[in-house]
Amino acid sequence: MDKNENEKQDFGKLVLQEVTGESPKAKIQKRSVWQVIQIPFLAILTGLIIGAILIVATSQTVWTAFAESIWKGFSTAGKELGTAYWALAEGSLGNIVTQIKAVSSGDDAAIRAAFNPFLESLVQSTPYIFAGLACALGFRAGLFNIGVEGQLFMGGIFATYVGYSITGLPPYIHAPLAFLAGALGGAVWGMIPGLLKATTGGHEVINCIMMNYIAYRLTAFLLTGPMTRPSVAGMPLSPIIEKSAEIPQFFPSPIRFHLGFFIALGFAFLVWWILFKTTWGLNLRVVGANTRAAKYAGLNITKTTIIGMAMSGALAGMAGANEVLAVNHSMATSLSSGYGFDSIALALLGNSHPVGVILAAMLFGVLKNGATRMMVVSKIPIDIVTIIQALILIFVAAPPIIRAIYRLKAPKKEVATAVTLSGWGRNK
Amino acid sequence: MTASTTTIQRVKISEISQNRKIITGIVEIIVAIFIYVVFASKVASDAITTFVMTPGGITVGKMANWIVPSQLALIILAILSLLIGIFQIIKGFGKATNGVIGLVFLFFIFSFLTWQASGKSLNLAGMLSSAVQFAVPITLGAFSGILCERAGVVNIAIEGMMLMSAMLGSLMGSIFNSAWLGLLFGVTGAVLLAALHAVLSIKYKIDQIISGTVINIFSTGMTAFISQKFLQVYQELNNPPMLSRFEIPLLSKIPLAGPIFFNTNLFVYIMIALLIILQVALFSTRWGLRMRSVGEHPKAADTLGINVIKTRYMAVLLGGIVAGLAGAFYTIGSVGRFDEGMTGGKGFIGLAAMIFGNYNPVGALGAGILFGFADSLGTKLSLLGSSIPSELMSTAPYLITMIVLAGFVGKGHVPAADGVPYEKE
Amino acid sequence: MSPILQLKGITKQFPGVLANDHINLTLNKGEILALLGENGAGKTTLMNILYGLYQPDEGEILVNDQRITVLSPTDAINAGIGMVHQHFMLIPVFTVTENVMLGAEPVKAGCFLDRQKTAAKIMEISKQYKLEVNPDEYIKDLSVGVQQRVEIIKLLYRQAEILIFDEPTAVLTPQESDELFVIMRSLTKQGKSIIFITHKLREVLEVADRIMVIRRGAVVGEANPKDADRNKLAEMMVGREVNLVVEKEVKKPGDIVLSVNDLVVADQFKQVVVDHVSFDVHAGQILGIAGVQGNGQTELVEAITGLRKSVSGHVTFMGNDITNKSPRAITELGAAHVPEDRQADGLVLPFPVAENLVLCTYYNQPFAKGVILQYDKILENSEKLVKDFDIRTPSSLTSVGSLSGGNQQKVIIARELSRPIKLLVASQPTRGLDVGSIEYIHKRIVQKRDEGCAVLLVSPELDEVIELSDRIAVMYRGKIIAVVNADDVTKESLGLLMAGIVPEKIEMKAGGKKVVETTF
Repeated sequence: MDKNENEKQDFGKLVLQEVTGESPKAKIQKRSVWQVIQIPFLAILTGLIIGAILIVATSQTVWTAFAESIWKGFSTAGKELGTAYWALAEGSLGNIVTQIKAVSSGDDAAIRAAFNPFLESLVQSTPYIFAGLACALGFRAGLFNIGVEGQLFMGGIFATYVGYSITGLPPYIHAPLAFLAGALGGAVWGMIPGLLKATTGGHEVINCIMMNYIAYRLTAFLLTGPMTRPSVAGMPLSPIIEKSAEIPQFFPSPIRFHLGFFIALGFAFLVWWILFKTTWGLNLRVVGANTRAAKYAGLNITKTTIIGMAMSGALAGMAGANEVLAVNHSMATSLSSGYGFDSIALALLGNSHPVGVILAAMLFGVLKNGATRMMVVSKIPIDIVTIIQALILIFVAAPPIIRAIYRLKAPKKEVATAVTLSGWGRNK
Repeated sequence: MTASTTTIQRVKISEISQNRKIITGIVEIIVAIFIYVVFASKVASDAITTFVMTPGGITVGKMANWIVPSQLALIILAILSLLIGIFQIIKGFGKATNGVIGLVFLFFIFSFLTWQASGKSLNLAGMLSSAVQFAVPITLGAFSGILCERAGVVNIAIEGMMLMSAMLGSLMGSIFNSAWLGLLFGVTGAVLLAALHAVLSIKYKIDQIISGTVINIFSTGMTAFISQKFLQVYQELNNPPMLSRFEIPLLSKIPLAGPIFFNTNLFVYIMIALLIILQVALFSTRWGLRMRSVGEHPKAADTLGINVIKTRYMAVLLGGIVAGLAGAFYTIGSVGRFDEGMTGGKGFIGLAAMIFGNYNPVGALGAGILFGFADSLGTKLSLLGSSIPSELMSTAPYLITMIVLAGFVGKGHVPAADGVPYEKE
Repeated sequence: MSPILQLKGITKQFPGVLANDHINLTLNKGEILALLGENGAGKTTLMNILYGLYQPDEGEILVNDQRITVLSPTDAINAGIGMVHQHFMLIPVFTVTENVMLGAEPVKAGCFLDRQKTAAKIMEISKQYKLEVNPDEYIKDLSVGVQQRVEIIKLLYRQAEILIFDEPTAVLTPQESDELFVIMRSLTKQGKSIIFITHKLREVLEVADRIMVIRRGAVVGEANPKDADRNKLAEMMVGREVNLVVEKEVKKPGDIVLSVNDLVVADQFKQVVVDHVSFDVHAGQILGIAGVQGNGQTELVEAITGLRKSVSGHVTFMGNDITNKSPRAITELGAAHVPEDRQADGLVLPFPVAENLVLCTYYNQPFAKGVILQYDKILENSEKLVKDFDIRTPSSLTSVGSLSGGNQQKVIIARELSRPIKLLVASQPTRGLDVGSIEYIHKRIVQKRDEGCAVLLVSPELDEVIELSDRIAVMYRGKIIAVVNADDVTKESLGLLMAGIVPEKIEMKAGGKKVVETTF
């Protein structure tokens, strides 16, 4: 019993430490929870504020109102903004009044409809979780996987192919098979830059970017050629996957909430467990933190780099497979809305820790889903979310800016980012 | 005690690896065999390939068409490649190795065209002309990369800067009804993003890849936002006047080169001018020497009184200007309208051209034209009814870059401090 | 005659350290002033202040009785001050000319570099001061000694009158050092004044006109090399009796544990740096490898521990051929390695102490079951070692990077020595540590030897090698030029050997198959 308690305590300590990237003792003594989350929190807040300014500044109604009088301008701006962000909240989390009414009425359909916005946010956040994990795992292994986008496409292609070409399998075999095929596609695509880095020293960033474009072109070729849907010949669209390959959705249409979200959570746990509880993970992290020490400690850096990129790619591939198998049920060239680059933001925002990544992914999912509603209500292009995400990323990556804005004191030691870059390739 | 000082000569194991020499040679021989087996033997022995050597619609600087017997040309090219390959294995070309690889690659392309167009006629000059047009944003992107990375700042934000410049060029060009003002605003937008990159990576020392990625995300979002909010709603805001083609007297009369390089739009001239300016400035002026020293060994530069931080800011901002020109090319030089994501990754290809071109302006231009040629080949082939899908053809630049990076093709020197923030102790 | 340079009351405070404490210094024209002090005594800080890389908190700098402010290297250069940095400030891919002209480029037609003019100037300087160099060569193709010449030419090109040499001999072979001293003399003869920073007594006595000793940021004494007492100087420098005596019983060596046979190793530039080296280390014996840094010791150790592939030859450990085996395979046979650069090689700084303590063994029982790490066991192990090895850390979960250098080294020592090992390869185990930690680590190494472990100790510190070793092999330019018994050798004769000077009675075979054992 005693021993168990000890274990639990240590376990907690270690989690804390990994989340904050600092020693827990120091943390317990010096850093409150607020201090841990202040930068991400303020980054998000500042991002939303600047987003608000942008919304107001590009609104013609506001300009016209300002032309009348300053007071009217401000009130219109406030109203405009209120409508927009209220739509964002309602579109992503649901309307609390409707929700209470629905619950009290006890009508199943009404409850589902009331909570659908939130469930849809989770649907939107699922690929973000996979992609964010991919990037976070890469960071931990000292690899900058900027190729998530391409790996995601290859994951989608593999999953789609297995999804429509094999028929007659029971769902409990076909769906996992298609999903794992997606993971394999991503892994292969991720492994190539890993292999090149480990054997030739070519920097993974530029190779990953090249692999992204090769994946786009390959996808376009496959979807118009060998993998095209016969009925729409010429359009870049794949056949619809077999029913048996689908990742099940929990509720009748139009609610798209599906098992994939929980699979993503499961993989987040798995990634956490591998990274922090197994020798493989320690292996990856040592190579990521100090290659020379890793060599000294007898680790196989070549192997670790290749495996690290393959694992990262596999997670990215799952993001693609998830979108095909659970949401779209076929593959198109519009599979990703920039998950690849967003994944870098997710990993940074979540400090390359699975828990952090999940939280960041949910935030992005909420923003994206809410923005759709905002677009309908306020005619604000959905890309406002991309802008806000970029702003958040700037502030998270450069805490001094946030500190300068909010006049915070700098901590004694900066948490170092795992990856630093030096040149594009081998330099001997 | 009498003593003697031992003098032991240090021995060098070997100068350069033999492997690369041999592998290169083998690749060249394979190309030769390929030309012979796949192309030459499939061509009817009496077939003729006609290459039109004047781009369509051009009246000055005309050149007679090339009419070649397909099979004979292919066999000659195969033999030439074979001889080069054998010479490469036995003696090697030393410093010229990369150039020779390029030549063999050219033979291959030419053979490919001869094979594809045997019995037909192909406007080679038109292809080259469009290759140069395709090459403009790539090469300018590469120049932007050279400026930044020679000073030690990795810049993957070129794509974002180009996109921003393209959007602003169209918007502002339409508003003021002036291509020149569009160009000015486009470049300004790119420079602002470059300034952000400089502040983030030089002042705050955040990872330069992350900084670049942020700018790309921001720029994608911002241009799409403005495009949907304004450009698509009010078409008149997305209809800038364009910089039209103009002839350069005398030079435009040179056969082949005239129509391609000297009877075209401003951006091609800018590209050529920048090529000369950059090449000279980087290697023969005080400015270039100092900038390169900052990219190689910033601390050494600092101890000699060179302001590392200032030099890097300058380099990144200049890079921003050039990236801005590259972006503006799309809207006011080529298409005449802004579409979301219209740069299509050419900024990244520019980086690839920079690497392939060994961080040298001349090399970057060569790589840019090569990549541009691959693009125009893709479009041309589908017109010829080729069996090779253009999507796959268009992966060539990416594959070439990866091969170069892997060191299979000789790779030169990367600035030693590239990507490393400068910490004054 | 008034002094050319005066520093008055220079004070510089870094967080936690008083690096310079009211330092006064005068330099006369045409003299070589040696600034003697241990690593970290504050010599380099002082010179960086003089060169404008740091700003002093207090104090003033006078050149030719004129007060100057040095805010940047440019100011220093303008005041006629030049510095040869310990790590050369040369750009490998630039030519000699380009390196020399950088920052002070002559131009023609307004903006074009005038390379010829600089090259001519270089040739002129080269002739005047006998600094032989080819202006058109690339730095990367030059030897270290020639590179240093380029550094000196850089200063002379800028017409520096005051030349600062920061540890200039650290990277030189003794021969190159001697050449440097000749150059320094010829410089002063032509009116230049030199400040020579070093921690090597011998060099100071050889070349300096005047000696100033610095300890813990303050001047503790001045001396004249002609009548200076070596021991007195050394004592001033380190502030304690220099003789670190290690209690150590005579032991009869056991069987051969490590045998190196005809080993050839090349560095990354494919230069042979370990040249047909052979030696044996027995159980219960410490074999010290003495030698000036950069004579192949680093590569030798790397080849033995599996970090670097050898070109030819064999390494045998406990009867197993471990030539070019992986580091892990060698570790698993029972070898331990205390690396030369502890922060770069030996530790993962952001990781907690506990994980660093199992860096080489984490995948084994009891720290892992299968692939699952047993954190309770890892922490238990850490608590125990922290206590046993007196590692001063707030907790086992503190990141190693936040510990002091001495404690970081103790983490490595604890990790390596707590395993059942038969061979310990210790490379500069006490570099840059305080006396307390040095003594502790020495004690631990001797203890391991007494337990029957074979120890290969590599250190450029002569005292350390003599005190700890049972036998000493001297390495010079990649070769073992002598193997001697530690008890029979004097410091002086070892010093000569390290400089590559072999007494004639020792015969050496060409190619150095097996070096003749010798006693003095």
